[in-house]
Amino acid sequence: MKRWLWGLVIAVAVAVFLSPLASRWPDGLEKVAARKGFLYRAEGKQVLNAPMPDYAMPGLRNAPVSTATAGFLGTIAAFGLAFGAGRLLARRRKSR
Amino acid sequence: MHIPDGFLDAKVWAAADVVAVAVVGACARKVKGNLGERQAPLLGVTAAFVFAAQMVNFPVAGGTSGHFVGGALIAILLGPAAGVIVMTCVLLLQCFIFADGGLLALGANILNMGVVGSFLGYGVFAFMPRVHLWGLRRMWAGKGSLAVAAFAAGWFSVVGAACFCALELGLSGRYPLWGAMAAMGSVHALIGVGEGIITAMVLNFLARVRPELTAGFDAGGGAE
Repeated sequence: MKRWLWGLVIAVAVAVFLSPLASRWPDGLEKVAARKGFLYRAEGKQVLNAPMPDYAMPGLRNAPVSTATAGFLGTIAAFGLAFGAGRLLARRRKSR
Repeated sequence: MHIPDGFLDAKVWAAADVVAVAVVGACARKVKGNLGERQAPLLGVTAAFVFAAQMVNFPVAGGTSGHFVGGALIAILLGPAAGVIVMTCVLLLQCFIFADGGLLALGANILNMGVVGSFLGYGVFAFMPRVHLWGLRRMWAGKGSLAVAAFAAGWFSVVGAACFCALELGLSGRYPLWGAMAAMGSVHALIGVGEGIITAMVLNFLARVRPELTAGFDAGGGAE
C-alpha cells in the first residue's frame, strides 16, 4: 500500500466520523455579520444552486449520516481534483 | 470564513476575482517547474485532509465556531505556491458542490484563505527561527521548535486571512473598515489558536512518520 494512501484514509476518517460532531454554531464571519447587522445581505443572493448545500446529502433524512456521506464524497472529490491538478502540473518523467 | 455572495459589493468581488485568477495562474506556473510526478498524490492527499478538516467546526467563545483552514500547513509541507493550488481546489469544490462561499466571492475567498493563508503562514514559519528575543534562541535548538513555529504560522495565517476578509467587507461599505478589522481580528485570534494547535499537531505527527516531509525545517540550532 502506497504510503500516501494512509493520508487519504485519515482524511476520509475525519470526514466520516468527526464531521457529524462539528459545532453547529455560526462561524467567525457569520457571527460578525449577524452582530454588525449585514448578515441579511446574503439572503437570496446565492448565484449558484449547489447540489449539496450545507454539506448535506440530499435524500438522507438522518443528519449525521447525511453529513458523513457528503463529507466522504467531498473528501474523495477534493483528492481527485488536486491530484489531477498535480498531474497536470508535474514534470514529465523522462524515463522509468 | 467563507464569504457568501451578497456580502461584497461588485467592485470588490470583481477586483478580487481578477487578482485571484492572476495569482493562481502565477502559482500554477511556479509549481509547474518544481513539482515532481511523485508529489502529485501529495497535493491530492493534502486537499482531501483540508476539505475533511474544514468540515469539523470547533466551538470557541460566545456561541461562535471556527474551523481549521489549512493554508499554513500545506504551504509548510509543499511550498506556498502549491499551497495556493491545493486551497483553490478545495474552495472550488466547496463553492460549486456544497454552497460554502459564494461564486462571485470565490476570488475573495481564494485570496483570503488560499493566498494570504499560504504565503503568510509560510513566511511566519520560515521567519520564526530567526526570532531571538528574550533568550528564545535556546528554544529553537530544542525539540519543541517545530511545533512552536507551526503554531505561530497557523495563528497568523488565520488572523491575516480574517483581516483581509475585513478589508474586503470594509471596502464594500458593509461596515466601517476599522470596526470590521477589530471584530474579525478578535474572533479569529481565538479561532487561530485552534488552527495553530492543529497545524502543530499534524506537523509533529508527520515529522515522526514521514521525517523527509519536514526535513527542510532549520531550527537554527546548527544541527542540520
